[in-house]
Amino acid sequence: MHMESYPQLVTLVILFPAIGAFINLFWGARLSEKWISGIATVASALAFVASALLYVYLVNNNYQAAVVNPPLLDGWIRMGDSVIIPWQQRVDTLSVTLMLVVTGIGSLIHMYAAGYMHGDARYHRFFAYLNMFLAFMLILVTGNNFLMMFVGWEGVGLCSFLLIGFWFDKAKGVGWRNSNAARKAFIVNRVGDFGLLMAVFLIFWTFGTLDYYRPGEVANVELEEGSYYAPKGSPAYNLYQETHGEHGEEGAAAEGEHSEEAAPAEGAATEGEHSEEAAPAEGTATEGEHSEVAAAAEGEAHAEGAVAQEGEGHGEEEGHGEAAVVYLNNNHIATEDLGVFGKTERWLEEGGHEVDFGPFNLPLETVLVIITLFMLLGAAGKSAQIPLFVWLPDAMAGPTPVSALIHAATMVTAGVYMMVRANVWYHEAEITSLVVTIVGASTAIMAGFVAIGQWDIKRVLAYSTVSQLGFMVAAVGVGAYSAAVFHLFTHAFFKALLFLGSGSVIHGVEHGHHIAHGGHGHGHDKDHGHEQHDPHPVHGEEQHQDAHAHDDSHGHDDNFDPQDMRNMGGLWRKMPVTYLTYVIGTLALAGIFPLSGFWSKDEILADSWLRAIGEEGATAIQQLGGWIAFLLLFAAAGLTAFYMWRQIELVFHGKARTEAARKAPESVWLMTLPLILLAFGSIVAGFIQIPRGFFLFDSIFGHYNFVYWMQQSVVHSHAPPFQLGIAIMATLLALGAIFFARARYGGENPLVGAEQKDPLQAMPGVGGVWGLANARLYWDDIYNRLFERPFNALSRFLADTLDWKFWHDYVHNTVIRDGFNALGGLLSKPVDLGIIDGVVNGIGRLTRWIAGGTKTLQTGYVRTYAITLLLGVVVVIIVLLLPLLNTSG
Amino acid sequence: MVQTDLYVLLSAILFTLGVLGVLFRKNAILVFMSVELMLNATNLALVAFSRQWGMESGHLFVFFIITVAAAEVAVGLALIVAIFRTKQSINIDDLHQMRG
Repeated sequence: MHMESYPQLVTLVILFPAIGAFINLFWGARLSEKWISGIATVASALAFVASALLYVYLVNNNYQAAVVNPPLLDGWIRMGDSVIIPWQQRVDTLSVTLMLVVTGIGSLIHMYAAGYMHGDARYHRFFAYLNMFLAFMLILVTGNNFLMMFVGWEGVGLCSFLLIGFWFDKAKGVGWRNSNAARKAFIVNRVGDFGLLMAVFLIFWTFGTLDYYRPGEVANVELEEGSYYAPKGSPAYNLYQETHGEHGEEGAAAEGEHSEEAAPAEGAATEGEHSEEAAPAEGTATEGEHSEVAAAAEGEAHAEGAVAQEGEGHGEEEGHGEAAVVYLNNNHIATEDLGVFGKTERWLEEGGHEVDFGPFNLPLETVLVIITLFMLLGAAGKSAQIPLFVWLPDAMAGPTPVSALIHAATMVTAGVYMMVRANVWYHEAEITSLVVTIVGASTAIMAGFVAIGQWDIKRVLAYSTVSQLGFMVAAVGVGAYSAAVFHLFTHAFFKALLFLGSGSVIHGVEHGHHIAHGGHGHGHDKDHGHEQHDPHPVHGEEQHQDAHAHDDSHGHDDNFDPQDMRNMGGLWRKMPVTYLTYVIGTLALAGIFPLSGFWSKDEILADSWLRAIGEEGATAIQQLGGWIAFLLLFAAAGLTAFYMWRQIELVFHGKARTEAARKAPESVWLMTLPLILLAFGSIVAGFIQIPRGFFLFDSIFGHYNFVYWMQQSVVHSHAPPFQLGIAIMATLLALGAIFFARARYGGENPLVGAEQKDPLQAMPGVGGVWGLANARLYWDDIYNRLFERPFNALSRFLADTLDWKFWHDYVHNTVIRDGFNALGGLLSKPVDLGIIDGVVNGIGRLTRWIAGGTKTLQTGYVRTYAITLLLGVVVVIIVLLLPLLNTSG
Repeated sequence: MVQTDLYVLLSAILFTLGVLGVLFRKNAILVFMSVELMLNATNLALVAFSRQWGMESGHLFVFFIITVAAAEVAVGLALIVAIFRTKQSINIDDLHQMRG
């Protein structure tokens, strides 16, 4: 396959998991477990391979983005000439990063789930949903317009709902809890989706399009500043040298200077292999039918002649080889042919643009603030930020692989992705950025605090996820877009690892519980698959067949909770692989050098710090945001290390506190292998973004690779110089928190019994604060009071009072029935008995005679009515068409 | 661009499938889904023609239909739930109290 057709693979990236979902949905019930999980995992792995090829394509094409029109879907929505929303997929560095994370982590989690879900009654449905989720998530990240993002956004929301409530039929009210959690997630997300939808409407109204960048358009990369990060020897680095040689020192790269830069850029590009490779990117874009835009762009280019050009027909497929027109800016494209971000930049450059809202006009800057605030509401829903985060901890009701994939690594980062995608706007809207910072940073510290008071192993991780998402959102707020995605990237590894590790622990404890309490017969042998996982789904007949299993799970310790950390302890000896990988994940999350979390968290902190002290001419608002982000995130980083090490102590160290923990076995290789791979990823993922001049690491891995990569699509990404002081302080804080947790929960005074209080709770002065964390700061209770109860009261009023008492009792009974009776009484005696009876009796006899013949027609079966209806319609249509037949004949 | 007649053909096929589903399915939910299929087949035809003539009115119709269909789903599913609660069955052949 030729390199220029690589971008077409992006279609397959979505299609593979979609096909996998289809197969499992329709034929999964007839396949064996091996086939089901095999199909799903292979589908996911193939998508990963395709994403990796896209990565190769970008690297070899100088990171030039490509826009792909999948066949058959070219003009997705086309209403007249005013509303044209094509189904286009965007291959650029940001989307490929997300694709790699989603499919890479996704594949490992599929593999893990093959072991974890073993024996579940709805095994095939689980994998169908999981694949469907991947497909929607990939639509979300590869779409080239906000509507496709919205489609993916809703799709992943649906899959999240289906998977949280996957065990909706568990016995003893657990099923209700699960399906309530699913509903909660869905409904809370509706609030966020309202924000996103409003943002999309506003975007369309303002720009007349939803495309991020049109085909042929480039993200407006600020070559000058950006090249500072470019690896030595890369084309952009050379370009940087050249432009600097010719133009000397130029200030901040304003838009106007781009035309100057473009000329040498041209030279540099045509020297290298660039000329041949950028054109296919355009060629791909213009392939298919979406020709108006591209053709217009071409026309403009020829007319203006701003850039040296030779060769023709670079839009044609045959033109790949000799196309020599290369644009590194958008100056040749008319404003109305630009995507939303290009238009924003052009309009801001011109200044004074106003958006017409009918009765009133608003300046573009104000509109951008409104749009970004609405987008923030959407992000707060999906990425679980204050005030909409409450669904995520409850979402842990879903199976653990789901928590790892959807509610830690991928879906919940969609909000961050969206904001990074719209970095042009967030960069411009200072007020929004401040709000974003406040939301993110306060979420980070709030969730970190609540995590300290939780006993449920998965709930701790859920709050940890909320907290880390707060880090990413706050990073967006301080303009550290690249750092936000970097943290998203590393977080995907270690949080998926931690969730899968917790799944392995739960699995083991659950298993140990069976061995401990079901010692006779069942439980020891290998063939007890459907008993393995945490709280059993109801298995229908299966469970009845297996009397032992039934006894085991219900006969003994009914209230045993395999997720409660008080029931664990000392597991490190039982589950060595899980333990080691869990510790790696914990250290990475805590930001211990040199694991991945250290690099990403440190970059966010450094960026906030530089904002705070007013580097790069930060305004007062930006400085304020910088301070908020830095102080809150710094404290949150300490909390992170503390609650994670508390968890390690409670789960793995000390002595086993229950029989179940004493008997817990290690998980099967299908589950431990992904743990090992993810642990490896958690160690090395940070090396893609080593700060410049960092001793040793810089020379091995190079520096600023990631920000250089991101910069090709995220216009305003940048990386801060390394802040040694902050790094040392943050590491010391994390280590201190770890030692403090060790002192409190392990070593000298470990938890001995399952009923013991939390050591912090027992501490004078701290107990109350801990209680606050344990009660999750009463968020849910407040929402309950604020929304749920009034809503229920209103519904009750409408149902009982308005509908039943007023409408039914009064209107129906009093007004209609009694009125009718009165009228009937009047009519019946004199009128009816006297005159009508005679007539009626005659008619009655007639009617009975007719009815006797026709009553068989009234069967009561709906289908009979339906077919009668159909035949009637057909007759009517024939009658209507008859005149036509006559005239034509 | 895909030909309009292909869309109309697909629309006709979907509509027919919907009709057959309504006529031959016994599960109330499947009958319900078949009705939805018919609605969406109509939508598809409307959109296809509207696209061919470059007019927005067909699209607007579709939006109305989608809105009405959403309301219909809410009511219909509530009815099915109510039927299930009273009869412990959603087989439409169990519902023939109206028989003459």
